[in-house]
Amino acid sequence: MSEFLNFHYDVDGDNFVSAGQASVQVKKNLRQLGLPTEVIRRVSIAMYEGEINMVIHANGGTADVDVYEDRIVIRLADKGPGIKDVALAMQEGFSTANENVRSLGFGAGMGLPNMKRYTDDMQIDTVVDVGTTITMTIRLA
Amino acid sequence: MKISTIVELLDADVLTGVDHLETDVHSACGSDMMSDVLAYVKDQAVLLTGLVNSQVIRTAEMMDMVCVVFVRAKRPTLEMIDIAQESGIVLLSSEKRMYDACGTLYANGLNGARHE
Repeated sequence: MSEFLNFHYDVDGDNFVSAGQASVQVKKNLRQLGLPTEVIRRVSIAMYEGEINMVIHANGGTADVDVYEDRIVIRLADKGPGIKDVALAMQEGFSTANENVRSLGFGAGMGLPNMKRYTDDMQIDTVVDVGTTITMTIRLA
Repeated sequence: MKISTIVELLDADVLTGVDHLETDVHSACGSDMMSDVLAYVKDQAVLLTGLVNSQVIRTAEMMDMVCVVFVRAKRPTLEMIDIAQESGIVLLSSEKRMYDACGTLYANGLNGARHE
């Protein structure tokens, strides 16, 4: 089925305090659609981690959530520095975040692994110095 | 365990959410790293933390947690209290340190979360 609902958000890269607002909004929207709690939680956590990453590493970007009958697709796109070594970035505990980010409770090297953990599929398209697009799919069983 | 029991055990101040103190909670976790908290998805109801910024409340919100306890007498900002209030999350502040607060709750039957 090709029909879907799209939610689009701009993620402000300058403001760590407001980071996560898009995820909060997605959570509300998915609740209104009456999706199962577990699905909503997985989508919002994966998106939240992605949103935090975009703020920490890439000066913001855009987030799109497409809700199909059988799946939800989250697409996070930024024009940040790109990921030099994706395999390394996927390792739990690896992080390039600075001390300031750590003091705020992030940068533990769990963001990407968490995003993968909570989604059924995750594709990372990244080009150094150009940007990163992460596409995550959660199937609706 | 009811949130009101947590208030009692930790000798905590209730900063917002007085209407939800009779809510039953079955598990908790303690961490200052929000990504570690986000790595455990199931059935966590209470977060104990020494970290104070709005992402703490947002993390709790994402995880469907119902109560955040700030240890070491930390106090959330007004903005954090507003976000929590909107989401119906109870905020507590206790003078106990992290280890003591977690130990007290654990010893009284509040378990940790299962890792998925």
